[in-house]
Amino acid sequence: MTVVERPVDVRSGTIGTSPARPDGVAKAQGAFEFSSDISADGCLWGATLRSPHPHARIVAIDLSAAWKIDGVAAIVTAEDVPGVMHYGLISQDQPVFASEVVRFVGEPVAAVAADHPETCRRALDAISVTYEVLEPLLDPEAAVDGSFAPIHPAGNVIRHQRIVHGDPAATGDVVVEGTYEIGMQDQAFLGLEAALAIPDPGGGGVELHIATQWIHEDRGQLAACLGLPVEQVRLVLGGVGGAFGGREDISLQVHCCLLALRLSRPVRMAYSRAESFLGHVHRHPASIWMRHHATSDGELVKLEARFVFDGGAYASTSSAVLVNGVTMAQGPYRCPNAEVDGWAVRTNHLPCGAMRGFGAVQACFAYESQMDKLADACGLDPVEIRLRNAMRTGDELITGQPVLNVAPVERCIRDTDALPLPDEPVGGAVGPDGSVDAMKLPGGAGLTAEASDIVRGIGWGVSIKNLMYSEAFDDFSTARCRLADGVATLKFATAEVGQGFVTIAQQIARTILGVDEVRLDRIDTGIGSAGSTSASRQTWMSGGAVDAVCRAARERMFEAVGAAHGVEPVQLAVDGTDVVDTMGELRIPVAEATAGIEIDETVEYHHPPTEALDENGQGNCHTAFAFVAHRAVVDVDPTLGLVKVVQVATAQDVGRALNPLSVIGQIEGGIAQGLGLAVMEEIIQVDGEIRNGNFTDYLLPTFLDMPEVVATLIEEPDPHAPLGAKGVGEPPTISSTPAIVAAIRDALKQVDGVGKPLTRVPVRPADICL
Amino acid sequence: MSGEHFTLHVNGADREVRDSWLGESLLDVLRDRLGLVGAKGACEQGECGSCSVLVDGSLVCSCLVMAAAAVGRPIVTVEGLATPGAPTDVQQLFVDAGAVQCGFCTPGLVMAVHDLLDRVAQPTETQIREELAGNVCRCTGYGRIIDAVRQVAVARRDRTGSAP
Repeated sequence: MTVVERPVDVRSGTIGTSPARPDGVAKAQGAFEFSSDISADGCLWGATLRSPHPHARIVAIDLSAAWKIDGVAAIVTAEDVPGVMHYGLISQDQPVFASEVVRFVGEPVAAVAADHPETCRRALDAISVTYEVLEPLLDPEAAVDGSFAPIHPAGNVIRHQRIVHGDPAATGDVVVEGTYEIGMQDQAFLGLEAALAIPDPGGGGVELHIATQWIHEDRGQLAACLGLPVEQVRLVLGGVGGAFGGREDISLQVHCCLLALRLSRPVRMAYSRAESFLGHVHRHPASIWMRHHATSDGELVKLEARFVFDGGAYASTSSAVLVNGVTMAQGPYRCPNAEVDGWAVRTNHLPCGAMRGFGAVQACFAYESQMDKLADACGLDPVEIRLRNAMRTGDELITGQPVLNVAPVERCIRDTDALPLPDEPVGGAVGPDGSVDAMKLPGGAGLTAEASDIVRGIGWGVSIKNLMYSEAFDDFSTARCRLADGVATLKFATAEVGQGFVTIAQQIARTILGVDEVRLDRIDTGIGSAGSTSASRQTWMSGGAVDAVCRAARERMFEAVGAAHGVEPVQLAVDGTDVVDTMGELRIPVAEATAGIEIDETVEYHHPPTEALDENGQGNCHTAFAFVAHRAVVDVDPTLGLVKVVQVATAQDVGRALNPLSVIGQIEGGIAQGLGLAVMEEIIQVDGEIRNGNFTDYLLPTFLDMPEVVATLIEEPDPHAPLGAKGVGEPPTISSTPAIVAAIRDALKQVDGVGKPLTRVPVRPADICL
Repeated sequence: MSGEHFTLHVNGADREVRDSWLGESLLDVLRDRLGLVGAKGACEQGECGSCSVLVDGSLVCSCLVMAAAAVGRPIVTVEGLATPGAPTDVQQLFVDAGAVQCGFCTPGLVMAVHDLLDRVAQPTETQIREELAGNVCRCTGYGRIIDAVRQVAVARRDRTGSAP
């Protein structure tokens, strides 16, 4: 891994350095408390009964046998929901428990509380539900064309969005088209869903300790379903073992609180891995048709596209995923004319929602596959076609929105291209004794054909990602800063899910306030919302809030120093850990400047408003954009269809790296998930039933699957970002997938001069060798 | 539930387990009956390594070992490696090298890395990758973990002054 050179004249622990995470040692010692580690005296265990059918009418539920089991304390069904019966992030269409109809395999039907998880399991087995099985809607096209009767009162189309831009009748000299499929990917965060609900003594409210991405959104949905005022529902962030979008929706929150409130006792719930695959939303499978028109020189003239996202049984964030897909269908390229139609539809598959990349992933696999086709048709190489069309600041999206951010697409491509190719020869280096390292061959030890059959390919992927929320959503984050005796204490509700916001919050405070010690208060609903840890938004939004609140606290400090020393506060500045008079001699340590005084400020940071899209999909709907390029090198065994990713090179537009080591962590981790989608990861459903809901059959990249990553950070501070820093979490995942697939195509083309289209991810061995 | 009663030897001390159910895994007994929650459950079928502990000096997935089968065999969990706030070299370099993000896989990986470096003081990169391939991390993409392992190996070699 290579990183840009940077000056090292900054104070340790401030912005631009890479201090240790404040929770790092506790995590490495096993002492950090994850939500699954939290217990309480006298607490019971909760568990969920789930539907075995993708679509069925509930005829009867018989709880009598379950009630007879020793140790069972409570059983709840839809009849026991005291508040509203449905929840959902954008539209409230998902029942707390199915009452009349079940719409996916795994939908909750009842929950129990008992003295031990094993008692819970037996109680669930003893609940008898009589179903009348209905025909499931499994073909998304039948939802689009209206040929299947509605499976939900809200209908089978969650959202249709059309985009018409420029001259839809425009044509190009060169036309390429294709249809691309993206499989369903799972977030597969390691820390399973878990929570502890503690009812208030004497009744009334409840406190929920939960691993989630957005405690305030959970609180609102929870309070509505529990029929409680929002103030009586308090959330505390339990330690979060990864998220990647999969914790943005309600899973066990309502069930756990409902049981605890009913029993007036603490209840904890913890999903198994099998249940986790059913209990959270996934990345949308999608089918995308695209037709690109270009001049014979390879300049884009028009994009035509049709997207169908399979949203599964409930809406979740499908409508926003759709908008991301269609509005970024052109990729990071200028395209003056467009006609795009997109649908997000309801089926009896597992519900889909947020996952890292959120709609941009699906679009990118399609448009980057098309760019390679276009390069072929124009006789250009993959780098040249991308450079000719690379978006620049001021260029328009097909929504008519100008890209006002720093847009170093050309530099992303050129800097990636300049990174060294792997030293390793095809199939790995031959040892002094003539042997090859089998672990470096596609398929690893014992699985591969002759090393001499292995072919190396190189492929490209470049992408655009919107940062923050879109379509007129009032997106904000809140932070509080107390400053006394040279110590800053920050409070925010920002969900720390592993990304390291806790570290950069401290760095920002050290930089702005000149303090060394920054304490972090508990992350809970005792302060205003921070918004979700998603959409690559927390560095910008909560970083912006922490930056703003620290500046407000610094003003109070300057006022106090000014009053005490007869200096105008505007003359004062922080230099290192001192307050200095820029026009005079005064220099006092911040610890002294804040001795005996208590500064306490709270600030909300909002990004500028965005607009809704009109009926032609026109409008300034997004807040900001980030860009990245990926170049993948793969070794392919064309006979067995096996792939070894040898290297991924990348240059990423990060604005400003507040913590370079954290940025590298996001880049490498994001590429791993992009690699997973390219060649390994897919939830398989047959007749609406998941067939690989476990880590034996759902394949995750291991140490042996991940290649060397070489990266360079493009630091052009964005003038619109509070700290110049763009979100960095999602881009690595987006274009690494098409880069790897393009590299496989390149390798296969060398074998027979024709190759394979590889229009579907993940690419399976049969797609390569049959 | 059931009245199984046995004693486990964990981190150098005898720990009584009362009222256990015979089928309980070592992971569940460590976590839910002995309060040692450092070992994590993430797959429950030996695929991810988050629950790694040493039994009789061998690295095992504690989700696959019945607790009752570990009677009379010394068990070491992540809590037994060092006292709180005084991390081992592996733990400290995991933090310093950026190998910790969400941290859920970290205790299992720390156990696996100690075990690896106790057996192979100076592993090659392929050895590191192969030996740790039973531990899944979803956050880091493994790059910084490999870097941390290398740094520990180098620091130990420099400390002992042995030839590379």
